[in-house]
Amino acid sequence: MQRTPIREPGTTDMDAAQPNTETGDDILVRIRDMHFSRGERRIFDGVDLDIRRGKVTAIMGPSGTGKTTLLRLIGGQLAPDRGSVRVDGLEVPRLGRAELYRLRRRMGMLFQSGALLTDLNVFDNVAFPLREHTDLPEAMIRDLVLIKLQAVGLRGARDLSPAELSGGMARRVAMARAIALDPMMIMYDEPFTGQDPISMGALVTLIRRLNDALGLTSIIVSHDVQETASISDHVYVISEGRVVAGGTPDEIERSDSAWVQQFMRGLPDGPVPFHYPAPDYRQDLLDGAQEPRP
Amino acid sequence: MIDWLRSLGRDGIAVFEKIGRGNLFLLRTLAGLPEVLGRPRLLLAQLYSVGVLSLLIILVSGLFVGMVLGLQGYNTLVQFKAEESLGVVVSLSLVRELGPVVTALLFAGRAGSALTAEIGLMKATEQLSGMEMMAVDPIHRVVAPRFLAGVLSMPLLAAIFSAVGVYGGWFVGVGLLGVDDGAYWSQMQAKVDLYDDIWNGVIKSMVFGLVVTWIAVFEGYDAVPTSEGVGRATTRTVVHGALAVLGLDFILTALMFGD
Ligand SMILES: Nc1ncnc2c1ncn2[C@@H]1O[C@H](COP(=O)(O)OP(=O)(O)OP(=O)(O)O)[C@@H](O)[C@H]1O
Ligand SMILES: [Mg+2]
Repeated sequence: MQRTPIREPGTTDMDAAQPNTETGDDILVRIRDMHFSRGERRIFDGVDLDIRRGKVTAIMGPSGTGKTTLLRLIGGQLAPDRGSVRVDGLEVPRLGRAELYRLRRRMGMLFQSGALLTDLNVFDNVAFPLREHTDLPEAMIRDLVLIKLQAVGLRGARDLSPAELSGGMARRVAMARAIALDPMMIMYDEPFTGQDPISMGALVTLIRRLNDALGLTSIIVSHDVQETASISDHVYVISEGRVVAGGTPDEIERSDSAWVQQFMRGLPDGPVPFHYPAPDYRQDLLDGAQEPRP
Repeated sequence: MIDWLRSLGRDGIAVFEKIGRGNLFLLRTLAGLPEVLGRPRLLLAQLYSVGVLSLLIILVSGLFVGMVLGLQGYNTLVQFKAEESLGVVVSLSLVRELGPVVTALLFAGRAGSALTAEIGLMKATEQLSGMEMMAVDPIHRVVAPRFLAGVLSMPLLAAIFSAVGVYGGWFVGVGLLGVDDGAYWSQMQAKVDLYDDIWNGVIKSMVFGLVVTWIAVFEGYDAVPTSEGVGRATTRTVVHGALAVLGLDFILTALMFGD
C-alpha cells in the first residue's frame, strides 16, 4: 500500500474547510436523486442532500430508515442503484479501489459500535491509522496519539484494552482514532445512544469543539433530537427513503409538516409509521389460525 | 416438486457463488502477500498464534500415533519374523501419510477454527468495516498474514509430527518390545527415500496447509456477521477442512505413489 507522509498538523487543519477550487463551492458532500434498495426493500427513493464544509450537519430519522446505510454510501462501502454521491467533487461509486482509499483517508467514521480493534489497546488503536498510512517515527506517533487522546479526555486510559472501556469511553477513543489523520470530514453514527447524561453532554460539546477547532465537516446521524439539534448548523430529516425536511434547527422546529412535528416531538405514531411494513394485522392473525400447527 | 427443484437450483447457485467468492478472495489474499513480507512483525505474531500455539497438540499426538504404530507394526511384523523392519514401517507410514494427514486434521481443529472465529468476530463487531473506512484493506492487513502463517506452519508442524512419531515408535519397539536399536535406524535410513517419500510428504503437507488455511480465513471473512453465523462458519471450517484434506490425500497419493 502506498504510504504518504502525514500532513503537517496545524497548516492543513484549516485547508479542509476551504472551498474546493475544483468545484468552486462550499458543499463537501452532494447527493442527487439517489436510489438504493436492499433486495426487495427500497431504502432510498430519490434523496437530494448537501453537506456544507465546516458545518455540523445532522441527519435524523426513525430507526431503520437507512441512516447508517446513507453513511456507508457516502463512504463508498455501498454503491447506489442510481443517482450521484459526490464527496469533495469525486463521484464515490465510480472511484477505483485506490482512489476510494485515498478519499477515505480524508474521512473519519465513527461506527455505531465504535469498532475498536479488540486485539490492540487504546493507544495502539489510535495509532493504528498513523502506523498504516505514514512512516512517522515512533516518538512522533506517540505525541500525536497523546494529543488526540487529550482532546477526547482519555490520555490517562491509553493502556486499557477496549474490553475495559465503557461504551461512552469506547466511542471517545473511536473519535480520537477518527481524527488521527486530520481528516476533512468525520461521520458519527449514533454517537449518543446508550450514554448517561454526563457523557452525553461531554460528547455533544466534544463533537462541536472538534469540528470548530480542527476545521472539520461533521455529519451526525442520530435520533436524539434535542442534543443533536443543539449543536447542528443544519438538520435533515429522512423518512421512507426521502428527505422530508431540511433547514436550520430552528426552521425544523417551526416546520408545519406533520412528519417533522411527529419526529421532533417524539410522538409514537403518525405519518411516520411505528411499524415495519407488514400485511394487514387482522388478516395476519387470522392466517395463523388457519395454518396447521407445526 | 417445483418448489423442491427451485430450492435445489437456488442452493446450487449459492454453492457456485461461494466457490467464486472464495477464489476471488484467494487472489486478493495472494496479492496482499508482498505487503506482509515487508512487515515481518505482523507475520511473526501470526506465526506464533497459528504455529507455535499448535505445537503442543502436534507433539503429543505425534508421540502417541508413533507409539501405536510401533505396537501395531511390531505385532504384524513379528509374525513374519520381520520385526527388524519396524523402523521402516513406522517412518514410511508417518512421512507418507499420517504425518501430513493427521497434522492437517489437528491443524484444522486447532488453528483453523481459531482463525475463522477470530476473523468472523472481527467482522461481526464491524472491525473489518472500520478498517475499510480507515482506508486499510482488511484482506491485506488481517487475512494475508494469517494465511501466510498457516501455509508456512503446516509443513513444519507435519515434519515435527513425523519426527516425534518416529521416536514414539522407537520407544515402544526398541525400548519396550526389544527390537534391535541398530536395525530400527539403519533399515529406516536404507529404505526411506528422500525424494519419493519425504519430499512427497512435504508436498502433501504444503497442499493441505494451503487448503485448510484458505478455508479457515475465507469462512471467517465470509461469515454471517452474527454470533450464530460465526459459530456455523467455525464448524464449517473444521468439517470442510477435514473433508478437503482426506479427499485431496487420496488424489495426491494416487498421483504420487500410484504407479
Ligand atoms: N446487511 C443488510 N442486509 C439487508 N438489509 C439490511 C442490511 N442492513 C440494513 N438493512 C436494512 O436496511 C434498512 C436501513 O438500515 P440502517 O441500518 O441504515 O437503518 P438506520 O436508519 O441506521 O437505523 P438505526 O437508527 O436503528 O441504526 C433497515 O430496514 C434494514 O432492514
Ligand atoms: Mg444505524
